[in-house]
Amino acid sequence: MTSLFDRLWTAHEIRPGLVAIDRVILHERTGAAALTSLAAAGRRPANPAHAFVVMDHIVDTHPGRGDRTLMPGGEAFITETRAAARAAGLTLFDIDSPDQGITHVISPELGIVLPGLTLVAPDSHTPTQGAFGALAWGIGSSEAEHALATGTLRVERPGTMRVLVTGRLAPGVTPKDLALHLIATHGARGGQGLAVEFAGPAVTALDMEGRMTLCNMAPEFGAFTALIAPDEVTFAWLSGRRHAPCGALWEQALADWRGLASDSLARFDREIALDATDVAPMVSWGTSPAHSVALGKPVPTREAAGLAPESFDRVMAYTGLAPGQPLIGLPVTGAFIGSCTNSRLSDLRRAAALLAGRRIAPSIRKALVVPGSQAVKRAAEAEGLDRIFTEAGFEWRESGCSLCFYAGGESFAAGERVISSTNRNFESRQGPGTRTHIASPETVAASALAGAIADPRELARA
Amino acid sequence: MPEPVVRLTSVAIPFLEDNIDTDIIIPSREMKGTGKTGLAAGLFANRRYSDPATRTENQAFVLNRPAFRGARILKAGANFGCGSSREHAAWALHEWGIRAILAPSFNPIFFGNCVRNGIVPVALARDLIEALEDPVTVDLETMEVNGHGFELPGEARQMLMLGLDPIALTLREAPAIAAWQQVDRGLRPWAWLD
Repeated sequence: MTSLFDRLWTAHEIRPGLVAIDRVILHERTGAAALTSLAAAGRRPANPAHAFVVMDHIVDTHPGRGDRTLMPGGEAFITETRAAARAAGLTLFDIDSPDQGITHVISPELGIVLPGLTLVAPDSHTPTQGAFGALAWGIGSSEAEHALATGTLRVERPGTMRVLVTGRLAPGVTPKDLALHLIATHGARGGQGLAVEFAGPAVTALDMEGRMTLCNMAPEFGAFTALIAPDEVTFAWLSGRRHAPCGALWEQALADWRGLASDSLARFDREIALDATDVAPMVSWGTSPAHSVALGKPVPTREAAGLAPESFDRVMAYTGLAPGQPLIGLPVTGAFIGSCTNSRLSDLRRAAALLAGRRIAPSIRKALVVPGSQAVKRAAEAEGLDRIFTEAGFEWRESGCSLCFYAGGESFAAGERVISSTNRNFESRQGPGTRTHIASPETVAASALAGAIADPRELARA
Repeated sequence: MPEPVVRLTSVAIPFLEDNIDTDIIIPSREMKGTGKTGLAAGLFANRRYSDPATRTENQAFVLNRPAFRGARILKAGANFGCGSSREHAAWALHEWGIRAILAPSFNPIFFGNCVRNGIVPVALARDLIEALEDPVTVDLETMEVNGHGFELPGEARQMLMLGLDPIALTLREAPAIAAWQQVDRGLRPWAWLD
């Protein structure tokens, strides 16, 4: 009767409303505020060995980068976070570190996240790490201070949801498409406040990177967190990682982790069933990830979109689209492959496979590939993926969050239409007035080649 | 710690659009300093200013109407505060003067950020919010808004009413935490890195 979430929660509940936190990860966008505020109150991290600091949000991604960043005033965030991390005695993955990268890419790479742990970070996409069977969720800066100072959080037990995905994803359909399909079907608050477990044969068939992509999008579904029960795929992926246990501790951990699953009769507050065979490549048309449709479908009518007239009119005005307008063939002048959603090695491989020997359309003004970590970058370069991207016309960058969001530095242009492998198509997310369409890395690659939104399956067949 | 909130009365700013994300509440580029202050000018910058660079006000945006300058209550749509976890959204709202937000639903991270920063997040049905007439009174003693009851989970109400420091409260439980950790080191030695 017990769910995976119940097991994790109960194992960490010191008393109802007070939960033990095993790992805290800070980043430079808010890390300085949290650490400085903590120190100003005369407090110190309770367990520095369990807290890590990452430079990812606003770092420059141009080759040869240093502390200078394109965001006005951005350097202070970097230098102050570095100083505060050192003063507090925390492990820092600095800009020049071979381990640097996006929080939710490097934490798994380094074995910081493990099955059965609680992990928090002041970053909404922290549920990405629930793909490992950890209870991982995003918090604010004040809660980050609390977790550092006390090794705990005061938090209400959330409700639970299971999303059971039967069948298998068709060739050319990716975990990103599955996530967008779920959110488009059930809405941007479909999982409001709940701990969502993804289960079923279509989920267990995914590799770890695909599972991370799926869990990464749970915040766009309004979820408290996402979870996938760990299995042999998880254990094989983690074995030998730097902060993963080894020797006898690894064997003991494995024995514990093999019990981390929901009972067959486990109860959830809500259940959703999806058939993966119904999922097609998806692309967004509006200003919420819920505003997404299968590639080949047009911009929906207001009634089909389920929006109030003023909301729908605002979305249409912002995106420059009209109901019934085809999305395939819609010209784009920007393309972005990266972010904690889709910047891992397999993402880059699949995009590169479509780009090999081809050139992006001359009408593309700016096309970037930003690997999720320096480790991903090195591995991609060892396979020659960087050359495929640059020969196709993409820029090949250093790792970071980059143009997933606009912080005042680099951006896409006002009114520019961009195809992007990121997680948010919010108003002005990638630049003031920029019109973002989110999709899989394959769809970004195919669209960059066509200079317009395109179906990668047709390219793969060509 | 923010000042306690027990009861407040104000005109309420009607901004009932659904899915207002924290990028709309405060765009990332408006988070200019590493601290928690100086953020009110960036609140709703992309809506509030016709030109955010010169701070030319967009007179059509509801916050700029004379009747709502100085208002302390915001009427919002469903899923308010979705997206980025940036606590700057709550800091900017508080600094501008907002002390309560009435919405059909809130993003869970944003909800927690409000409670920790002296903003009362009040979940009410949309039709009730729309029908509320000014002035609006949010009362944490009676747990009512103009006679309509609302709920706050767990200790959120106490936090807001007393302006408590949650870290100080938790540190009082240090013995229980230490005892839990000692047991856990035995149960899950693989989870401990020190």
